[in-house]
Amino acid sequence: MDITKLTVHELQEKLKSKEITVVDITKAYVENIEKHEKEVQAFITPLTKEAVEQAKEIQEKIEKGEVNSSLAGIPIGIKDNICTKGVKTTCASKMLENFIAPYNATVMEKINAQNMINLGKMNMDEFAMGSSTEHSYFQKTHNPWNLNTVPGGSSGGSAAAVAADLVPWALGSDTGGSIRQPASFCGVVGLKPTYGLVSRYGLVAFASSLDQIGTITKDVTDSAILLNLIAGHDKKDSTSENKEKVDYTKALKNNVKGLKIGIPKEYFGEGINSEVKKSIEQSIEIYKKLGVTVEECSLDIANYALATYYIIACAEASSNLGRFDGIRYGYRAQNYSDLKELFRNSRSEGFGEEVKRRIILGTYVLSSGYYDAYYKKAQQVRTFVKREYDKLFAKYDILLTPASPTTAFEIGAKDSNPLEMYLADICTVPVNVAGLPGISIPCGIDSKGMPIGMQLIGNKFAEETLLNAAYTFEQEIKFRENYEPTFKGGAN
Amino acid sequence: MQVSKEEILHIARLADLNIKEDEIDKYILNLQDILNFANIVNKASVEGLEETIGTNDSYNVFRKDEIQLFEDNKSLLQNAPEQERNMFKIPKVL
Amino acid sequence: MSKEDYEIVVGLEVHAELSTKTKIFCSCPTEFGAEPNTHVCPVCMAMPGALPVLNEKVVEYAVKAGLATNCTITRQSKNDRKNYFYPDLPKSYQISQFDKPLCEHGQITIGEEGEEKTIGITRIHIEEDAGKLNHNEFGSGSLVDLNRAGVPLIEIVSEPDMRSSKEAESYLRKIKSILEYIEVSDCKMQEGSLRADVNVSVRKKGAKEFGTRTEMKNMNSFRSIVRAIEYEAQRQIEVLEEGGKINQETLRWDDVSGKTFSMRDKEDAQDYRYFPEPDLVAIKLSEEYIQNIQNHLPELPESRKKRYLEEHGLTKKEAKMLTASKYMSNMFEDTLAICKNSKAVANWLLSDVSRILNEKELEPEQIPFTAENLAKMVILIDKGTISSAIGKKVLEELFEAPKDPEEIIKEKGWIQISDEGAIKEVVLKILENNPQSIIDFKAGKDRALGFLVGQAMKETKGKANPKMLNEMFLEELKK
Repeated sequence: MDITKLTVHELQEKLKSKEITVVDITKAYVENIEKHEKEVQAFITPLTKEAVEQAKEIQEKIEKGEVNSSLAGIPIGIKDNICTKGVKTTCASKMLENFIAPYNATVMEKINAQNMINLGKMNMDEFAMGSSTEHSYFQKTHNPWNLNTVPGGSSGGSAAAVAADLVPWALGSDTGGSIRQPASFCGVVGLKPTYGLVSRYGLVAFASSLDQIGTITKDVTDSAILLNLIAGHDKKDSTSENKEKVDYTKALKNNVKGLKIGIPKEYFGEGINSEVKKSIEQSIEIYKKLGVTVEECSLDIANYALATYYIIACAEASSNLGRFDGIRYGYRAQNYSDLKELFRNSRSEGFGEEVKRRIILGTYVLSSGYYDAYYKKAQQVRTFVKREYDKLFAKYDILLTPASPTTAFEIGAKDSNPLEMYLADICTVPVNVAGLPGISIPCGIDSKGMPIGMQLIGNKFAEETLLNAAYTFEQEIKFRENYEPTFKGGAN
Repeated sequence: MQVSKEEILHIARLADLNIKEDEIDKYILNLQDILNFANIVNKASVEGLEETIGTNDSYNVFRKDEIQLFEDNKSLLQNAPEQERNMFKIPKVL
Repeated sequence: MSKEDYEIVVGLEVHAELSTKTKIFCSCPTEFGAEPNTHVCPVCMAMPGALPVLNEKVVEYAVKAGLATNCTITRQSKNDRKNYFYPDLPKSYQISQFDKPLCEHGQITIGEEGEEKTIGITRIHIEEDAGKLNHNEFGSGSLVDLNRAGVPLIEIVSEPDMRSSKEAESYLRKIKSILEYIEVSDCKMQEGSLRADVNVSVRKKGAKEFGTRTEMKNMNSFRSIVRAIEYEAQRQIEVLEEGGKINQETLRWDDVSGKTFSMRDKEDAQDYRYFPEPDLVAIKLSEEYIQNIQNHLPELPESRKKRYLEEHGLTKKEAKMLTASKYMSNMFEDTLAICKNSKAVANWLLSDVSRILNEKELEPEQIPFTAENLAKMVILIDKGTISSAIGKKVLEELFEAPKDPEEIIKEKGWIQISDEGAIKEVVLKILENNPQSIIDFKAGKDRALGFLVGQAMKETKGKANPKMLNEMFLEELKK
């Protein structure tokens, strides 16, 4: 039995029947990391040594009956923009290369309270800005399905590690698709919850009104289990919603009869890769077979939403990233003659190119004379986008689109044109603009053997409907039983 | 959308970033490209629509006025590039 | 043309630190004077990932201030980010309010009875204070202390309605007094918890348009504000008279030289890039909420004044002077609660206490002794244990080293001599030494009695009971 091939709910069963111990689990993952990390490069800070020690301690506690959580001893990978006390939190930036977080993000407090094990901090695009994990200061992560391709981004380290069985599951963050797109590129399940469902306290902000922490897992059941843990009101995050706690695993009924799914036709036009399109159309057929009412509908907001997204995200980022000034933490330039130079040199040397590009754009759209034409307009368009979704959710339970117009592309292929890179986020971005939940699940592979992801979008706080729709589909196509990463390609 | 050299330098100063002479053109081109695309927001029919402020509709999220000290005070200064007498050190400010 | 042909126009932006227990967006204490960087946490230190949560008391206090200054309370308000880089501003933005301040369109009145003037309040909004930059006495560079970062402030922006430094001063005094009365700020100017940005312009009398204004930031004493306005107005008049133009700019007031200085030209005009704070949600205030605060608003100076006239029989002038400061007024009421002699207490506070405060350049809140101390002193005088003359000396002592007046007079040996035998002894001695006065008195010169009493007081270092002295001299002289 290869422990690392198991989902978390399978691990939990084996732990319960005492077939395996938590030490076995961590050791198996550490071994796998030693085997594959060199080619995947998913970790910025692996915590393998600490993890084994921790596993032993937890095992003892379990034996003494001091710990009885079903998550105790389960390892997890954490995207490196989530603050972990006493451990480096770099955001894949030179700016925070040596930054040790002085406090835990709320999600980390929850993970620690269950005696789970942090296996390491995962690679990402710098400050979560990017869709390929190529914009990391430290390393490029490689897609385990084809090492010459990107894992997507920005949570590329998290997604690649789950796909390559280097961690059983991981936390990511999603501002414009940063969980769903890499999940689709890596053939795993990525859930971006409704804005406000999971506390953002301790998530290093990229765009405050769009960021949301979510899960990357091997299957939908694991998503539900992990969401159960991280969801919930946090008094430290004013934007976190005070809702009654739900057990999401109970929503997984393997039955979607009577469900209404809308298919926004705009997501099947030009720009969508034909193999992706075909795979999604087959998925629609599967839903029909499962008793779902499927209807084509119109959601003609994609370009508006994308423009709005880049205006708002960059504006907020330009302000959020102002705190990196070389005074209290982070990179400080070697050479400066006065305070102004200290600020400018530290920031110019500490941030990567993509980050600077977005800060400049964000500063521009907020600056006097342009605010009304860009930022203010974008906030109005945002209301418009929300209304359009509201109209559709009055009719449908779920909207179905591709998670990305293409499958994983080759490393370096989209380096040169930022706009082209931004346009590739067209499927995922509108969901963040409206604050809705979205999930990406694998629905097939293309002729090159690369996974294709389907995105389901739910109404606000309709995670139960969303997870059940994804679960029922997953049970039908059994993607994980049919396909797995091959670690093919790669220079070495 | 035309962005001038002066404008890009002004924006960079506002953002406290340096732009090297040989990077200016690239920044201008990228910015123009993206702004031209972003301009589409001005084509949307948003007449009479309120601006979205806050992703969700919640309001009045307050904290009680009760003191709670952060326990690990030391850790807050541990990342400082330069410090003295428990303060962050910076070049002289008038 | 001369100075008299010009009119001064002043507007004030008053920043008052609110006296909440905790900061505006985190649970750190606001207390002044702690060791550097000990009242800090990830939020006010702007650690990556930390988020603000608004202190409910801050909203309440700002609404109180708004109601006390006759403002309209904004039913739907929000917070905005004001972006700029400065080392005392850890997030690189200040969370403030831009286009929807909590309070708008208020007004207060200043000036003497019969010559009142209304000053408009444009707006009151909430925001966070910045940290402090300390000069490094032991080495190079400056040092950043963030204890003050995130302390709640209200900014009260006036209309440009003041026409002299004197009006600006009375406006600021009135604002200070109101904030003290409603207990939202302790307004300690010397600690910087009340400070003002002063906008000054001049124009020819009768002109409709305002002149170009200059701004002096962070002024924290009445004296400097008055001097700065006068200097700056004069400077502007001179510039205009010489055919020059006023630049709209921020000036630095130097208290030592008594001049304003142009700050070095910034390379770019400020552009704060305000936008709605996405980490906070909207503030919606209901009618009940506002009404409830209105109902619980503490008594304001106007109403106290009335009470002093009606209940304590003070004159209008006395009542006005006492209520000008909440501390003075509270001292009056607290002292009165113990000793009941309203006239005497009012007298002491308005004459000797005020005189000493003036001499020492202190504000009423800096009175070092308690109401109980003062009450005891008045009681000691009323009982005849000490004379008023000794009372004055006791008061001086209370300012130097405050303690129980009874102890002071014991220590100093100031207890009034009321022992008949002792007094008689003194009287006889004085009469023996001043035979001429006896003759004068018998010749009908009443002044002689005063002289003799004076001599006896001198002899006893002011401790003899003057009433007894008087009686005994008369008795002896009539023999």
